[in-house]
Amino acid sequence: MKKDLNPIADQKAEKISPEVKNKENSFATSLKDVFIEVALISKFAGRYFKEVFKPPFEFKEFLKQSYLIGYKSLALVGITGFIMGLVLTIQSKPTMAEFGAEAWIPGMVGVSIIREIGPVITALICAGKIGSGIGAELGSMNVTEQIDSMEVSGANPFKYLVVTRIMATTLMIPVLVIFSDLISLYGSYVGVNLDGKVSFTLFFSKVFESLDFIDLLPAFIKSFFFGFIIGLIGCYKGYNSKKGTEGVGRAANSAVVIASLMVFIIDMIAVQITTLFT
Amino acid sequence: MKSSERENKETDKSEVIVEMKNIKKSFNNNHVLKNVNFTLKKGENLVILGKSGTGKSVLIKCIVKLIEIDSGELFVFDENLLDLNEKELNEIRGKIGFLFQSGALYDSMTVRENLEFPIQRKSKGVKEEELDKLVKEVLENVGLINTIDKMPAELSGGMRKRISLARTLILKPELILYDEPTTGLDPITSREISELILEIQNKYKTSSIIITHDIKCAQITANRIMVINNGEFIAEGTFDELQNSKDEIVSSFFK
Ligand SMILES: Nc1ncnc2c1ncn2[C@@H]1O[C@H](COP(=O)(O)OP(=O)(O)O)[C@@H](O)[C@H]1O
Ligand SMILES: [Mg+2]
Repeated sequence: MKKDLNPIADQKAEKISPEVKNKENSFATSLKDVFIEVALISKFAGRYFKEVFKPPFEFKEFLKQSYLIGYKSLALVGITGFIMGLVLTIQSKPTMAEFGAEAWIPGMVGVSIIREIGPVITALICAGKIGSGIGAELGSMNVTEQIDSMEVSGANPFKYLVVTRIMATTLMIPVLVIFSDLISLYGSYVGVNLDGKVSFTLFFSKVFESLDFIDLLPAFIKSFFFGFIIGLIGCYKGYNSKKGTEGVGRAANSAVVIASLMVFIIDMIAVQITTLFT
Repeated sequence: MKSSERENKETDKSEVIVEMKNIKKSFNNNHVLKNVNFTLKKGENLVILGKSGTGKSVLIKCIVKLIEIDSGELFVFDENLLDLNEKELNEIRGKIGFLFQSGALYDSMTVRENLEFPIQRKSKGVKEEELDKLVKEVLENVGLINTIDKMPAELSGGMRKRISLARTLILKPELILYDEPTTGLDPITSREISELILEIQNKYKTSSIIITHDIKCAQITANRIMVINNGEFIAEGTFDELQNSKDEIVSSFFK
């Protein structure tokens, strides 16, 4: 089967030893699979943009998903945010003290949290929690024919299930990122203030002194892309899952893996773009 | 004379609800439907008998275009299914109820929300009270009015089938496709469901295709039975006619 799909790789492999041939063949096919997957995901995204502006809107389901995605993730995002800020501060304290630069800690930690660590860690956590949740939910709806059933009854399952979820993640993850940033900064304040020398206002005025608009905006913008990609990949994997119970697990699993990978790729692109403008 | 002849012809034509001619469908090298021909007449309960994996589900999914046929002609309500655009297809689907093998209840919604879901999307702006009345009426028809605020997970297999049936009935379909309505149910519940199918035929004047390998269900519900094997029909007739068939595969269902 796979051989038929891949005549070029086969011809080339013919002259090489069987072991190498196998390797090269499977590498070529998996590379090809990656491109096919990218094309299919792009097509799925295209369908989303086509349907998202077309009435009727499933407003109620959108609100429900926003609640489930946003509100229900607050605790997890908050706790990890707090620990991140605290640990980052405590870790950098001795080194900074060596240089007598303890006063710089709030600014340094603040910038790294808001620019980079806050958005990326929050997005990764959401890829794990929300991406897998959406993948599993839509996957099991697909397996138990619920999506087919919506389609047959004249409802538009893509609109009801996919558009609402992608919209909800796109809008909620930036909110979660801001929330996580604030809690992280508070965690950092707790770290700085372990010996009780720094006041709350002093800490935060130090943080905002070292922050520019140019730090905030790109971080905020890329959070929307993180949210979009997490929703998109989760929905794509669930909506197109293979039939059978094992398809559900695989949909959830690959949703997390691909969404996490995409978060890093988007982050890398975002850094490149921001450095162009600074 | 002439006009009455024409009328006759017209009624004749409108009597055919589904018509399949030389339908073929393969998945890669798996030739599921090889050459399928049949017609479903108005008001008729047609039972399709066949063992698991012979393509029965694929066959009825083609009728609502959940699966696209490879070749052949398929008419549903006199419309060629291949010619329809999205809007026209949805119009046709609006006249068809599909009872999925697994029931396919939306498990994040209550029974009431399950029943409201298709109506709210089909007829926009339907009033609250009207909706409430429809839901209750159809639940009473399947005898499960007391489950209205339950979640699907709280229901037994037979109840889920009934709710699922209620959800298709609420749209007042002219054609109902049943995918193994009694599979996985105990004999008593199976019988109840089969009788419900018969009741629906009489009360709502629907035409139905019932897919099953349960001979009891076929006996109760069928006006006509067709036996499918390896992607082709191998026998056709009433229950009594097929009961005495000498064909090995056909007679194996009646044992
Ligand atoms: N969407 C699909 N993709 C690939 N193969 C399918 C699909 N649906 C059904 N099949 C195959 O078609 C055959 C018939 O399936 P089905 O119609 O479900 O049988 P049954 O008569 O038990 O309902 C099976 O071999 C199944 O693997
Ligand atoms: Mg089946």
